[in-house]
Amino acid sequence: MSDLLILNGHLVDPANRIDAPRDLLVRDGRVAAVEKPGALAGVETVETIDASGLIVAPGLIDVHVHLREPGQTYKETITTGTAAAAAGGYTSVVAMPNTVPVNDTAAKLEWMLDPARGATVKLFAMPAATVGSMGIELTDFGALRAAGAVGFTDDGKPVLEDHVMRAALVAAARADVPVSQHAEDTRLTGGCSMNAGPMAFRLGLRGMPIEAEARIVERDIKLLREIERAEGLRPHLHVQHVSTTRAIDAIRQAKHEGLHVTCEIAPHHFALTEEAVGDYDTHAKMNPPLRAESDRARMVAALLDGTADCIATDHAPHAAFEKRQEFERAPNGITGLETALGLALRILHRGQNLPLSRIIELMSTAPAAITSLEGRGALGQGHFADLVLFDASAEWNFDANTSRSKSRNTPFDGAEMLGQVRYTICEGRIVHRV
Amino acid sequence: MQSVSEAASHRFRYASGSLLSAAHLSVTEVSTVLHETARISALAAADRASILRGRTIALLFYESSTRTRTSFELAAKSLGATTTLVSDKSSSIEKGESLKDTGLTLRALGAECIILRHSAAGAPFVLARETGLPVLNAGDGMHEHPSQALLDLRTILTRLYGLDRAHSVNEHTLDGVTVSITGDILHSRVARSNAMLLPRLGARVLLCGPERLLPEDALGLGPGVEIERDFDRALAKSQVAMMLRIQKERFAGLELDLDDYISRFQLNGERLAALAPKALVMHPGPMIRGLELTDEVADGSQSAIEEQVAHGLAIRSALLARALGAGAFERVRA
Repeated sequence: MSDLLILNGHLVDPANRIDAPRDLLVRDGRVAAVEKPGALAGVETVETIDASGLIVAPGLIDVHVHLREPGQTYKETITTGTAAAAAGGYTSVVAMPNTVPVNDTAAKLEWMLDPARGATVKLFAMPAATVGSMGIELTDFGALRAAGAVGFTDDGKPVLEDHVMRAALVAAARADVPVSQHAEDTRLTGGCSMNAGPMAFRLGLRGMPIEAEARIVERDIKLLREIERAEGLRPHLHVQHVSTTRAIDAIRQAKHEGLHVTCEIAPHHFALTEEAVGDYDTHAKMNPPLRAESDRARMVAALLDGTADCIATDHAPHAAFEKRQEFERAPNGITGLETALGLALRILHRGQNLPLSRIIELMSTAPAAITSLEGRGALGQGHFADLVLFDASAEWNFDANTSRSKSRNTPFDGAEMLGQVRYTICEGRIVHRV
Repeated sequence: MQSVSEAASHRFRYASGSLLSAAHLSVTEVSTVLHETARISALAAADRASILRGRTIALLFYESSTRTRTSFELAAKSLGATTTLVSDKSSSIEKGESLKDTGLTLRALGAECIILRHSAAGAPFVLARETGLPVLNAGDGMHEHPSQALLDLRTILTRLYGLDRAHSVNEHTLDGVTVSITGDILHSRVARSNAMLLPRLGARVLLCGPERLLPEDALGLGPGVEIERDFDRALAKSQVAMMLRIQKERFAGLELDLDDYISRFQLNGERLAALAPKALVMHPGPMIRGLELTDEVADGSQSAIEEQVAHGLAIRSALLARALGAGAFERVRA
């Protein structure tokens, strides 16, 4: 007897170039068979899902989330954050290390990944690149890699010093994982709380110039080039939450040159502009900040033309009392796990005619490849049965009050979404169903 | 590319009578405030004191102030209101109490209106949202100082046209009038409020200052605002020359050669006599004599600096009546 049979759905599996009606059999948490409609008709199963009218795709993978545990469990826990992930169609998430304390040792990483934390979906982590994310001394990449690290990052901060970033890229290349960089030259952004420009001037807020992002991206690309030449290594730089035209142009150029650079774009950077700050709405405060319309349009173009590798949410929960204060004092970040697919489908698929297969590539196949998640991001036989089943034509409005996250800090409360998740299945278990 | 206005779902509401930004006042409302200012000023002291009798107003000051605080307080008292002053230095704010909780505390104690000065831009918006009370922005960081723009307007109208014509305005009242605002525009909330108010009444506003203190982004303040970096040229075109203090406390690492600044942008007697012998000289204070302007100019016959302070008291009386729906604003609220 098999575990689960999914019938009558439309399978979108970019890795295997399938975009057609397929039935799918799940056994022991893995994909046991993918067949044309009717071929699996006689198989007996514990549960059968009628996926008529639904897209069946590899579960979404988010390479950039903040789950706040340990240390800030009033904002989010691994349990609540991964429940929000499941509701958003995600089957794997990669936790950032800026917890309290910072995730910078194998013991802390193992604690985080322990099933006792109650993760609903598959949890991975990128530990800190430097001890305490202080940007001075590298963490033990070998030990952390052995304990499960899928990359290294000081996210929330950049690795600022040239020689430290160079050493991090070299060590990560030897461990065969990326360095995931929060590209912000913090020497240019002290006291800043939104995008630099006329809007910031009018609001009397200090603005983050686009150079702050671009300079670090350009510096890191230069380091890649030097390391390839001098060390014979091929380091992988992953640029987080790209928000400016200048940074995306630098990445495009580096890819052209053959360097191993990947990047992510957050939904808010293709959905919103700095205008959303309005009269000091802290739900429009994040880092990097919302930019001008020309930058937003360029992020959309980068997702369309392939310069951008993936969509990542930068899910950053904060308690209401933290956001309900002076704009300059409020912390950066918004939640994003439950709104990413709905925004991507509405803005990129319907709005820009981006095919569904490319959306799945951006949200599952590519993130799996970036973090080398074995057996995920695709639905071939033997792969993990990580699946999302969604109605691609369902229109709905997001209601922050129904969020599974512990926090409600989103600018998308009430916003129109396209495509509703009906089932999220992680290693054969149904972790979310509507 | 599709147009984007995603976060339009977040429309905040503020109690009527709030004054958070000069941009929020329509020309008609500005005119009403000026009219009420004139009316209240003409009242006998005893009549004036009945306008807000029995009402409670809180002054919440997170930054130091002489003119603004004193004039709001004296204005409230002259209208008969009870006032209480809370400053960050001698309150639970020092213990880490949030702006929201401080506001709710003042509301629970009976405050019907809060006058807020704060070092963070947008703080009055937060306070107004969280308390639901009318909030008067008495200066928020580098953002705005709307009551200053209104008192500056009344000063300009009085000097250019006479007191009897300072009680109403329309879109053409300041046609043909050029107001230069010179100095540290970047850090100035006075500049922002004036630049958002005066052009809507017909004035041309020339912003003047070095690149570091006046970025091109300032043009985003709205139509009718221009940049003229040459002070002499700006001055020659001005009917009103507004000078600003260099706000070193907000510099955050910025550097400035003061000698060079003085030689290029200081308003001295020689410049004034040669280029703008009839112009009105204004300064929101506090001024640093010998830096942005000289003694002779500050104390000279073209200076309206002391009158600005006096108009501040009058304008703020009307703004308090407006905030509490009293005087001429009673009908408006009903």
